[in-house]
Amino acid sequence: MARLTYRGGSFEAEDGESVLECLERAGCAPPSSCRSGQCQSCLMKATSGSLPPAAQQGLKDAWRAQGLFLACACRPTEDLEVADADGGALEVAATITGREVLSDEVVRIRLATGSPFEYRAGQFVSVIRPSDRLTRPYSLASLPSEPQLELHVRRVPGGRMSAWLCDEAPIGEPVQLRGPAGECFYLAGEEQPLVLAGTSTGLAPLVGIVRDALDRGHRGPIALYHGSVRASGLYLADELDTLATHPNVRVVRSVLEGPTPDGVVQEGLDALVLGSGHDLKAARAWLCGAPELVRLLKKKLFLAGMPLKAIASDPFVVAPAGA
Amino acid sequence: MSSIYEQIGGAPAVDAAVDIFYRKVLADDRISDFFDGTDMDAQAAKQKAFITMALGGPNQYTGKDMRAAHKHLVKRGLSDSHFDAVVENLGATLQELGVPAATIGTIAESLGGLRNDVLDR
Ligand SMILES: Cc1cc2nc3c(=O)[nH]c(=O)nc-3n(C[C@H](O)[C@H](O)[C@H](O)COP(=O)(O)OP(=O)(O)OC[C@H]3O[C@@H](n4cnc5c(N)ncnc54)[C@H](O)[C@@H]3O)c2cc1C
Ligand code: HEM
Repeated sequence: MARLTYRGGSFEAEDGESVLECLERAGCAPPSSCRSGQCQSCLMKATSGSLPPAAQQGLKDAWRAQGLFLACACRPTEDLEVADADGGALEVAATITGREVLSDEVVRIRLATGSPFEYRAGQFVSVIRPSDRLTRPYSLASLPSEPQLELHVRRVPGGRMSAWLCDEAPIGEPVQLRGPAGECFYLAGEEQPLVLAGTSTGLAPLVGIVRDALDRGHRGPIALYHGSVRASGLYLADELDTLATHPNVRVVRSVLEGPTPDGVVQEGLDALVLGSGHDLKAARAWLCGAPELVRLLKKKLFLAGMPLKAIASDPFVVAPAGA
Repeated sequence: MSSIYEQIGGAPAVDAAVDIFYRKVLADDRISDFFDGTDMDAQAAKQKAFITMALGGPNQYTGKDMRAAHKHLVKRGLSDSHFDAVVENLGATLQELGVPAATIGTIAESLGGLRNDVLDR
């Protein structure tokens, strides 16, 4: 059993219990979202004691060196003294500067940061609502060369952050940003075939990556797949059409059921991607959006011969009901 | 004498082996369920540890660790036949990478020494 020290209190972590679960039992947990080590919302800092390696998985080196870790992924085996991640040094102040309805489900949010914010197109940021520190990850659709950050936020029924961003927060409202994080960004040889597949707002990072690749002079073929259960989940048709005028770029939009608007096919994303004759041994892939689909595609691409290291993915894991 | 790990080319050879081995076990109905975790990268890291250990490379594990690492799998029914399937898949992987049959035999034999630990007997 390990003893946790936090804000002057002392708590027994049960065997196999995470720091997040232990502090929730004690009623003093930090903000969290995915609870599965993906989203970095529950960032904390260890001030004494040693961390299991899994607690820092996916964090940038500079953060690891500072003892930052993810409370949901940290199952301590020895006593640990922890503190809140130091907001001031890790966060950047931003304001909501624009809101544009892209479809019934998706709203484009623009943010301006008060100080420079370095990122790669396709990475994600933690958006923090100052009033209650609610924290959620959103992927960046913009390029660093553009003056504002761009997010695509899907309205989730009963969703706290998505409803606030899409409908409630006024223009000019301040938010805090932390990050960026994640491995989803352009990194490839200029001639490599690129395969990008996403569902719903999984499109946000993918359009960022495609635009970044083109900006950097990528010459190999680029295939961008956007899928949804029904046509109502598709959006950004005009911009995708513009991207597809580029000679290297092919855009495929698909739904599983219901009516298919012009230019949309009815087929599963996995069957489409696997059946398109991509040279998977040579290609790189980016997969974003619904966790089940991201994981299924990753497994299928790997079994079809793609090296695991050539596949970057962000499953958009949401907070479990009730959390 | 250098270890088999060094003979076949050390860490880069293991990296090449991990993808091939992982693909084989995921496609092997006898054992794929044990390896079908949600986080493929984490699974691959553990298989890298497995292959490094099997080849006599630098690793921190003891028989006692192997007992602990597989205990939850034994509860799910891990048995001799699964053990044999894993050794078989590793053999096929190494064969693909051009490792001589005699060397593969030696590796299989040394893995046999961990059977009772892995199966928690
Ligand atoms: C790495 C990463 C990147 C992400 N990028 C984006 C992005 O670019 N755009 C975007 O829109 N989202 C993105 N997400 C998801 C986002 O972080 C939030 O989880 C989402 O907006 C819901 O948050 P909320 O506070 O509105 O809902 P919550 O208040 O957390 O959820 C309300 C309820 O709705 C349920 N719920 C939420 N979503 C779903 C769903 N899809 N299916 C079923 N039930 C659901 C929850 O379980 C909960 O019970 C990303 C997630 C991750 C991990
Ligand atoms: C000689 C035989 C074996 C050796 C040396 C071995 C070695 C290892 C090692 C070193 C790890 C990583 C442990 C860790 O760091 O957590 C591991 C994990 C694992 N092994 Fe084995 N292994 C053997 C046999 C098997 C067999 C027969 C199976 C199943 C058919 C199996 C399934 C697994 C799985 C699923 C994991 C990951 C466990 C988890 O995710 O918690 N192993 N093994």
